Amino acid sequence: MKDHISLKHIQALLENRDPLTTEKLARQAAVLTQQYFGRTVSLYAPLYLSNYCSSYCTYCGFNSRQRIRRIKLTPGEIQSEMQKVADTGIENILLLTGESYQATPLSYLLRAVEIAGQHFTGICLEVHPMDTEDYHTLYLHGVDAITLYQETYDRKRYQSVHLSGKKKDYDYRYTAIERIAQAGMRYISMGILLGLGDVAEDLYSLFRHLRWMEKAYPAVEYSLSFPRLRQIRGQEFCSGTVDDITFTKIICLTRLLFPRVGINLSTRESPRLRDHLIECGVTRLSAGSNTAVGGYSVFEQPSQDPQFDIQDKRAVQEIVRTLKSKNFDPVFTDWRPIKNT
Amino acid sequence: MTDMKTEKIPNSAEPGKNADPFLIAGQEFTNRFLLGTGKFKNKTDVSESIAASGTQIVTVALRRIDLQRHEDNILEYIPSNVTLLTNTSGARNAQEAVRIARLAREAGYGNWIKIEVINDSKYLLPDNAETVKATEILAQEGFVVLPYILPDLNIARALQKAGAATVMPLGSLIGSNQGIRVKDLVRILIEEMDIPVIVDAGIGAPSQACEAMEMGAAAVLVNTAVATAGNPARLAKAFSLAVKAGRRAYLSQPPAPRGLAEASSPLTGFLYDA
Repeated sequence: MKDHISLKHIQALLENRDPLTTEKLARQAAVLTQQYFGRTVSLYAPLYLSNYCSSYCTYCGFNSRQRIRRIKLTPGEIQSEMQKVADTGIENILLLTGESYQATPLSYLLRAVEIAGQHFTGICLEVHPMDTEDYHTLYLHGVDAITLYQETYDRKRYQSVHLSGKKKDYDYRYTAIERIAQAGMRYISMGILLGLGDVAEDLYSLFRHLRWMEKAYPAVEYSLSFPRLRQIRGQEFCSGTVDDITFTKIICLTRLLFPRVGINLSTRESPRLRDHLIECGVTRLSAGSNTAVGGYSVFEQPSQDPQFDIQDKRAVQEIVRTLKSKNFDPVFTDWRPIKNT
Repeated sequence: MTDMKTEKIPNSAEPGKNADPFLIAGQEFTNRFLLGTGKFKNKTDVSESIAASGTQIVTVALRRIDLQRHEDNILEYIPSNVTLLTNTSGARNAQEAVRIARLAREAGYGNWIKIEVINDSKYLLPDNAETVKATEILAQEGFVVLPYILPDLNIARALQKAGAATVMPLGSLIGSNQGIRVKDLVRILIEEMDIPVIVDAGIGAPSQACEAMEMGAAAVLVNTAVATAGNPARLAKAFSLAVKAGRRAYLSQPPAPRGLAEASSPLTGFLYDA
């Protein structure tokens, strides 16, 4: 299906309720995943540095209107959190913050990256979008990967859920993906928040965006994520929930259209789903995750709400055992930091 | 066809000597099947495939060598009598390949380096121009350089001139199991290069490996096909046998296929009978 990604095709596929269609799709996806990735699954862990946020995104537990305790880890706390994660064997770290240019400016991120360099071989950031120059500075300091989700590609919907703050600026976020590539980053993770906009339309736009990036910046290794929106505090944001069958089809379809692209699946999904979806497309799993700021070591009892609830609570070693029993090789390190210039 | 007369292929070996030595940078090998170590479902499969095939050169991505984890470190699964060929997987340009090679040598993994410069994450096609640049630098620094390339005669010549120990053209897209799709271009390299030509990517079946060897390739490197096989060790062995068969066929100068039938007994022989 060369360059032609059709919205109609995506819609038809997602609407098709025939189990046989899903099975066929999964089998094709499994063959491609096996061909391009073998039986390997990369592991990473998220580490929340801060939950300060200056944007008001109606669906997010960290948004600026939420009356939650705001915490920002100090260098000492970052050190202790990272040590705890590194002790589990994790080598790829995903550093996250809320989107606050004031609370977690570039200088703060650089300090965190510097500490991460002592513990991990792969450093990825999931923070507010920024200018090329700042991305490049991060790259020079050892960041090889950036995760940034557009959330939804539907402008109207985007405006209706991102009510204030820098995140309100759709175009600044959209064009950031290209700035990340221009800054020299090796890996870029893109994604949409399933349930925020029309799923088929968002998928279509995401695929188009990725295809465009692949052509413009072929050296970058891309991966995709499909976090499913969950309700927070009883508020209703979803335009429609994505069930497991649809979710599985989305993973498989992505694999068919992009055989070499990584697909991430976080612990917000259940062990059962994660253990099955590595067969048909998923190539990267987070493991042993804690999604509260300071949740690994600093605060025994998380004194703030996590950004989302974890479904897969298994420890890293337990996930490793499961992967091995399912004939997968867990990959901890897939990059060795060479000095970026 | 390659001019066989220029190759020293004794009909019978002197006792204790290899009749058909496979030389890379002066080092002699007896097995012409090289193995890659990516995509395996576990590392035991890697060591079993090495043992079953009798391969003497194994390539490992430096990026995948996990120094922290000793129990599951890939290097633990590669016997010490096998030549470790570290590769620069992940390098996007010459500069990164050079850095990775130096890191590998500093880490004690020897000075054999397979240069992979890939600037295209979709097709994983090697960047020939950057590969030449990296080869020039690394050969100068004393590395034994085995560059992975798209088969291109001018590039291969430049690599040979730069001091490459071999050239490793792909047969088809890496991991595709499609065999030698660029046969004519690989054949040109085999004819023109003085250094060994090792077919590197796309070999998906022993028959394809055999074909490469029959064409006159010095060796074949396989990874995906073995790594993703139901029984990797058994397939590795099959590859190794196919490579041997192909080599023997090549050395025996097989007749070329013809379009027309030809009688086994000459029709005009009677004219010359005494």
